[in-house]
Order: sequence, then C-alpha cells, then structure tokens
Amino acid sequence: MTVAVASGKGGTGKTTIAVNLARVSGVPVQLLDCDVEEPNDHLFVKGAVFAEQAVRIPIPRVEESLCDGCGECSRFCQHHAIVTFGTVPLVFPEMCHGCGGCARVCPRKAIREEEHRIGVIQTSQAGGITLHQGRLDVGVAIAPPLIRSVKALLRNGTFAILDAPPGTSCPVIATLRETDFAVLVTEPTPFGLHDLGLAVQMVRQLGMPFGVIVNRVGIGDERVHEFCAREKIPVLQEIPDDRRIAEAGSRGSLVVDALPEYRRPFENLLSSIQEVHT
Amino acid sequence: MKVAFTTMGDSLDAPLDSRFGRAQKFLVYDLDRGTFEIIDNQQNLNAAQGAGIQSAETVARLGVGSVVTGHCGPKAFRVLAAAKIAVYSSEAPTVSEALRALRSGALKAAASADVEGHWDRSS
Repeated sequence: MTVAVASGKGGTGKTTIAVNLARVSGVPVQLLDCDVEEPNDHLFVKGAVFAEQAVRIPIPRVEESLCDGCGECSRFCQHHAIVTFGTVPLVFPEMCHGCGGCARVCPRKAIREEEHRIGVIQTSQAGGITLHQGRLDVGVAIAPPLIRSVKALLRNGTFAILDAPPGTSCPVIATLRETDFAVLVTEPTPFGLHDLGLAVQMVRQLGMPFGVIVNRVGIGDERVHEFCAREKIPVLQEIPDDRRIAEAGSRGSLVVDALPEYRRPFENLLSSIQEVHT
Repeated sequence: MKVAFTTMGDSLDAPLDSRFGRAQKFLVYDLDRGTFEIIDNQQNLNAAQGAGIQSAETVARLGVGSVVTGHCGPKAFRVLAAAKIAVYSSEAPTVSEALRALRSGALKAAASADVEGHWDRSS
C-alpha cells in the first residue's frame, strides 16, 4: 500500500506526519521524500546514505543539417521548450520536461536527445525505514520528472509513505498519482481551511480515497471540522497543539520517540488509513 | 509592416501594457493601411511558465515585423530575435503615443532583453 501525505497549505505538518507514521509502521517501510525542492525527512530519519543517483532528463538537440524547419516539434511541445518559425528550432532546456515527444514527431529524425542533470536521489536506512530523498538542483524549475524518478524506486508489495510538496500543482499531482490513499494535513485556522478546500478539490479530481488530519487542534476555530462533517470527509486523527511536539521537532527528534504517549495516536492513524483504504 | 503593441484595452487610447509575456492583449497595427486588430493573450497571462516564449510565438505567427512594449525578458527576446522581429521598449502611457514615438523614430530597437524572466511577479 502507498500512502501520500499532502496538504494545500505549507507548514501544516506533512513531514511530521510522514516520518512518525513511518516510525510506527512496524514493518519494513519505504519513505519517499517527494518534496524535492526542500526535502526534510532526513532530519528525522537519520541513516547513513548508502546509495546516490543523479537524475537526468533527455533534452533535445537539433541536427541543423537535417532540419527543414517544418515545426512539428514546436507544435507538439506543450511547454514551449522547442520553438520554430520555419527555421532551425530554438531549444529552451530549462522549460523541457524530458518527454521525448519532439524527437518522436520529427519526420526528418533531426532531433537527438542529450542527458541534462536536474537533481539527485539519496537512499539511506534507519531501522526498518528506507528513505529515498529527491533533491532538485538549485535553479532547476521542473520538479515532476525528479519526483517520478523517486517513485520509480517503489517496490511492489512494500508499505510506502510519500511526503508530498505543499500546494496543488504539478509536483503534488506527480506525487499523488497512482498512490492508494491521500492523507491531507491541515490546521484549524482560516489559512488551513482555505487551502484544505483546494487540496480536497485536487484529490477529488484525481478520484482517490483520502482523509484529513487536523494538526494543532486548540488553535483557531471549528470551521475545519465543520467543513469535514459537511463534506463527509473522514477526520483520521487530531493532534493537539502541544508545545512539546514543536520542541521535539526543533531538536530533530521523532515525536513518537520523544513523547511515547503519541505512539498510540500514530498507530491508530495507521489503522484508520488501512481501514478506510480497505 | 505590422507592429504588435502590448495593451490592456481595445483601442489606440488604451494603456500600453509594460509586460510582454504576460501582456493582456496585443494591438496589431498595420502601418501601411492604418488599421488594427486586437489579439487576446489571456491564456499566456495565466501561464505558470513559458509565457514569454508563447507570446513571442503568437506575435511571430501574426506576421509582425516589430513589437512595442514596456519590457521584454530573455526567453521572449531570443524567440523574437530568431523570428527577426525588432523589439522597441517604450514608457508611453498609451498605444497611440507609443505609435507616434515609433513613427517619429524616437524609439530605438533593443539589442537584448532588458529584464530577468518572471520580472513582473515579484510584487
């Protein structure tokens, strides 16, 4: 089973949920840090890196002597990474998503592909947790190909937790796709409610089962709970606004290790996810 | 020759849009006939990335020889240069004043982009 931990709003506690859920899972678990612009899971799951792979995407290179300027490549590319006006095409590598379509549609076979590095994946192990962390190179704008490379490391039949980036755009969709269940982490504030609304629209469009975790219960108001009740969305777990949780996090400690009374809520969360899923 | 002006409105009195990639509309003026048409650029206005490239493609396909705008970023400039379209930067408040400046020869063609990509999104 694969569980993606997402949110609309940043800073609601996705990483906290993901790493502690991995910790209580009790079976060998893969933890995928798909927040490749700012991966943080390694701050809590501290194993030595034993494998590292650079991730590259294919970028078109046009053989000018073969190109007749027909423009098929330019018409195909939805990202405007290759552009032509009856002349040899211009290539914008920073816009390219590496799909390879331009090379395929070129009737003159004038486009070959060159590897272009976008980031790295590091793998480490701590206890039963295998952490695969994607890390986008600084200045690279396109995260989804790296996220897909991280997800290519998923092993069939292994329980896996995917820590998603915030927001509701392409990197999040790339993370959520083909996972079995989405956990949406929110907080009971107007910000949390607003962005939860967006995240709910996203997972509904993806047609995947999901539930909500309300973090820092005690701050804010009741509107997140009212929203979930009205929309018939299961609230899988509530985590109180407990200063000690923030303190554990600020020291790089797992909540379930630093505060054993939180082990049970995380175990219950795991069971609720499995229940809702089945 | 046809000239594309970036604009926020539908007439010659409309404001000149200072952005090229994320211009709301293009007013394409035919210098020989003295007529113009309005091309909507709403799709690019909301694009996450590649707005400059796509706007440059749009005006190139309209067959213009020049673009008059406020500022032009590096990717858009590369495409416009490849399409042999001259880029004129103007601070005129309206399209008609920019057109007057262009006709009088007061505008100089830019030799390079004058702003970074995504320059208008900092605010």
